[in-house]
Amino acid sequence: MNTKVLVAPSPHVHSGDSIQKNMYGVVFAMLPALLFSFFYFGLGALVVTLTAVASCYLFEFLIQKYILKTEVTINDGSALITGILLAFNVPSNLPIWIIMIGALVAIGIGKMTFGGLGNNVFNPALVGRVFLLISFPVQMTSWPVSKGLTSGYIDVETGATPLAIIKEGLKNGQSLSSLMDKIPSNMDMFLGNMGGSMGEIAGAALILGLAYMLIRKIITWHIPVAVIGSVAIFTGILHMVNPEAYAGPMFHILTGGLLLGGIFMATDYVTSPMSNKGMIIYGIGIGVLTVVIRVFGAYPEGVSFAILIMNAFVPLINVYVKPKRFGEKRK
Amino acid sequence: MSIIAITILALCAIGVTAAIILYFVAQKFKVYEDPRIDEVEEALPAANCGGCGYPGCRGFAEALVKADDISNFNCPVGGAAVMSHVGALLGHEIKAADPTVAVVRCNGTCENRPKTNQYDGAASCSIAASLYSGETGCQYGCLGLGECVEACNFDAMYMDEETGLPVIIEDKCVSCGACVKACPNNIIELRKKGPKSRRIFVSCVNKDKGAVAKKACNVACIGCRKCEKECPFDAITVENNLAYIDYNKCKLCRKCVVVCPTNAIHELNFPPRKEKPAANPDAKTVKPVATKAEVQDAPKAEPKANDSKDETSDNK
Amino acid sequence: MLKTFSIGGIHPAENKLSAESAIQVLPIPQMVSIPISQHIGAPATPIVKKGDEVKVGQLIAKSSGFVSANIHSSVSGTVFKVDEIMDASGFRRTSVIINVEGDEWLEHIDRSEELVKEISASKEEIIKRVGDAGIVGLGGATFPAHVKLSVPPGKTAEVLIINAVECEPYLTSDHRIMLEKGDEVLVGTQILMKALEVNKAIIGIENNKPDAIAHLTKLAANYNGIEICPLKTQYPQGGEKQLISATIKREVPSGALPIEVGAVVQNVGTAYAVYEAVQKNKPLIERVATITGKSLKNPSNWMFRIGTPVKDIIEAAGGMPEDTGKIVGGGPMMGKALSSIDVPLTKGSSGLLLLPREETARKATKACIRCGKCVSVCPMGLEPYLLMVCADKKDYERLEKDAVMDCIECGSCSYTCPANRPLLDYIRLGKGKVGQIMRARK
Repeated sequence: MNTKVLVAPSPHVHSGDSIQKNMYGVVFAMLPALLFSFFYFGLGALVVTLTAVASCYLFEFLIQKYILKTEVTINDGSALITGILLAFNVPSNLPIWIIMIGALVAIGIGKMTFGGLGNNVFNPALVGRVFLLISFPVQMTSWPVSKGLTSGYIDVETGATPLAIIKEGLKNGQSLSSLMDKIPSNMDMFLGNMGGSMGEIAGAALILGLAYMLIRKIITWHIPVAVIGSVAIFTGILHMVNPEAYAGPMFHILTGGLLLGGIFMATDYVTSPMSNKGMIIYGIGIGVLTVVIRVFGAYPEGVSFAILIMNAFVPLINVYVKPKRFGEKRK
Repeated sequence: MSIIAITILALCAIGVTAAIILYFVAQKFKVYEDPRIDEVEEALPAANCGGCGYPGCRGFAEALVKADDISNFNCPVGGAAVMSHVGALLGHEIKAADPTVAVVRCNGTCENRPKTNQYDGAASCSIAASLYSGETGCQYGCLGLGECVEACNFDAMYMDEETGLPVIIEDKCVSCGACVKACPNNIIELRKKGPKSRRIFVSCVNKDKGAVAKKACNVACIGCRKCEKECPFDAITVENNLAYIDYNKCKLCRKCVVVCPTNAIHELNFPPRKEKPAANPDAKTVKPVATKAEVQDAPKAEPKANDSKDETSDNK
Repeated sequence: MLKTFSIGGIHPAENKLSAESAIQVLPIPQMVSIPISQHIGAPATPIVKKGDEVKVGQLIAKSSGFVSANIHSSVSGTVFKVDEIMDASGFRRTSVIINVEGDEWLEHIDRSEELVKEISASKEEIIKRVGDAGIVGLGGATFPAHVKLSVPPGKTAEVLIINAVECEPYLTSDHRIMLEKGDEVLVGTQILMKALEVNKAIIGIENNKPDAIAHLTKLAANYNGIEICPLKTQYPQGGEKQLISATIKREVPSGALPIEVGAVVQNVGTAYAVYEAVQKNKPLIERVATITGKSLKNPSNWMFRIGTPVKDIIEAAGGMPEDTGKIVGGGPMMGKALSSIDVPLTKGSSGLLLLPREETARKATKACIRCGKCVSVCPMGLEPYLLMVCADKKDYERLEKDAVMDCIECGSCSYTCPANRPLLDYIRLGKGKVGQIMRARK
């Protein structure tokens, strides 16, 4: 007996867009990178990904149901993204219990303490990742060497990432050009044939994902372009100043988590600014901080820290950087 | 050993210096505040509801201390007791104000007031009110989206799911007026609580002509003026097809309740009627009228059943 | 690259179902209810009473101020009563209800189809006749037309822009007027140009109406100073400020009127009504409306008499479909949902849309995920997510600071929001409150 006409304020139609559509769109965009990680790290990648995703779902469910006693919203797909991103950010030989701790920190502290999806200040997956990096530095930085599909899980040979090779080498007084010989070629790095965390190695796959998200209008170009562009410009300047001490832009873009961070983690809806101008400022901040940490800091890699630091600035950016208003006088 | 000694000495020196600086700064920037403000604030209930019209109890205390005459000030939460205490603190005479309580002046339950359409916008009374006249034929009544309940800081209100109307829990209501301000249709009114919480009010705000109002809602005031004529104390006025009872003039004789053809006048917390009108002196106060209505015609019976429900919840 | 406005915008499904259907004349009903407030501004004052005989075109309610409009009888017959009835605004308002008897027109109204090209009236006469005829903006906003034609002292109009974009999905009445009354529209445009003392007019048409663009471009060759400007299909291009931005690349400053940048915008339907008023002495007593909807048997365009009940036009189009969930007066983006089909069609009724329940019922609101899509689609460059929160929390100072008054209520934000948040509902509420505060301050 529901035949009474509806009355509501305009608009009376909706685009049909939904949180789920966007979230699963991002997951779909991550598939190429996920497939690449299976391809390079075999069983290990599979175990890590499944553990991370399953524990993110589990913790979100438990926290919502029994601690917060709110509506359970695990269907919105955000736990899936956090799980995959967490897996992307760790080595493929990480023990299950460490991954579960990471997931608990990501969901519990990174997201739910702030009030759940939409309210968190920091990217949950990165909170989990950085927590693990600081708590378990040995396990988190022993990168398995790619053995293709047949790679095992725990007992695998490990090696260093290109960024670590450069960092260590420069610290020991070796010249950059001699170090460059030890790292894979740009093409190999683009295709993911190097040491690193599961998701970050295959630049090609990540860029494919970016293209998909741009076409589906899930994200806009502003953040990825600002992040990658500012890294390219900053490292380019450094490289021109002293080619013997600073690696070139191509190296910095292709190694480490820059593409993963710039494409999938900095663009997280909740923790990035709302306006296009704000997004560009935020992206540049991430790029510059990344280079600063990589080149001048103690850690070989700085994308995670850069993103978390800029996450903290997002509320400020939202308050002070307003979109261009219609009719506003152009200066 | 000497390192520890030097450290302790150095820390002490820093502490002492800082303490001296702080002392002088505190002296230099000291702001004089009337000590009575603190005293008055202490006496206030600390509900910070804003019912007095000032920003919280502190703001009210400041205003009280500043004022020469505080007879116009009232703390709706603390009532006469608190105000006389405050008066004593500040050396003013206080006349006891009558305690008031919020009253919902709409009885447009789902049965009494059939819906003609379904509101599908944001769940806010103000939005619905600015959009159109509401889900029913009555454009004055309760919209049922609970903005008043949201505004209540004292958990003294809830939405009755069956009737779709807000209910005020009398014991918890401090009469701060937040719900009155929240309601876009001005349905809720602060009325004198009355002796033993007994009060009589018109539970309708519909200003439409009788026929239109009656068509929209079974228990609407149709502006027939029967109550106005009946009232021996001139407490009832009918304006814009709507009766209003002045609670200062009303002597709670209940004559108007009986004559109202639509049962729009409600009586609360009265003992059961013993006199004649109907032959059935039931325990429930309004029952006699209900039985009378039942005899007359069927639809009227229901509203009355609701009235008693309404009242029981009011009595909680 | 076709022209369009500078920031934001969306492209909802066009659904112009009735574009091919020629304008038909709706039979005169037995009774009409003509509200005295069919325009923005003060309601007109009724000058007839119960029992009065009226003819078609006779004044029945007089404009009660500068920003107000005359109301004429759209039928001949006897005034049944002047009473409050529910109208399309959703509230009970005073209306003149007339029992129809025959169809007797006032004699000075020229009812012939013949095109009168010669504009004999002077500037003042034109403005007076437009005002007398009770013409309001027929795009939906219903702002009295003569007010816009009276350029305030110290300002000069440089260009007249005719709004023929019809950016609302579903609606096709303006499209049909351009195709069937092209010459009349162009003469109307010339009349408006004369009234404004401008020698340039731009007719902005979205390129989803190529036949209208071609037809008017061909006809416009015979008229001086009229330029047809095809525009990229983008909502809300029909917004006054957006249309000015799209056609002449000027942005009207916040809080200012289009005249500030030398432009005056009139709807294409208004231009036709002005033609009829000035050349044919015909007041605004009928207009064209689209009746449409995906489940409707016969989506079509009708010329109806003002005051005809909504149910008549639904009957004419094949009756109310079973699955109807919402009856919208106007388009799906900015139209007003009607609570009953007994309300009358008015001067502002550009269409009637019957939306299936599934398509229109709102989905559950979720938490804001801060995706920023509302910010990127807002054609005014506002931040809807923030305005909604401020309106909900009653932070009116911040609302004012963040330019809530600039909101044109186009609904792009609510349309886009993936979390189905009722952004515009709250913004509109906040806008109302801030407006009150600002007026109180003056």
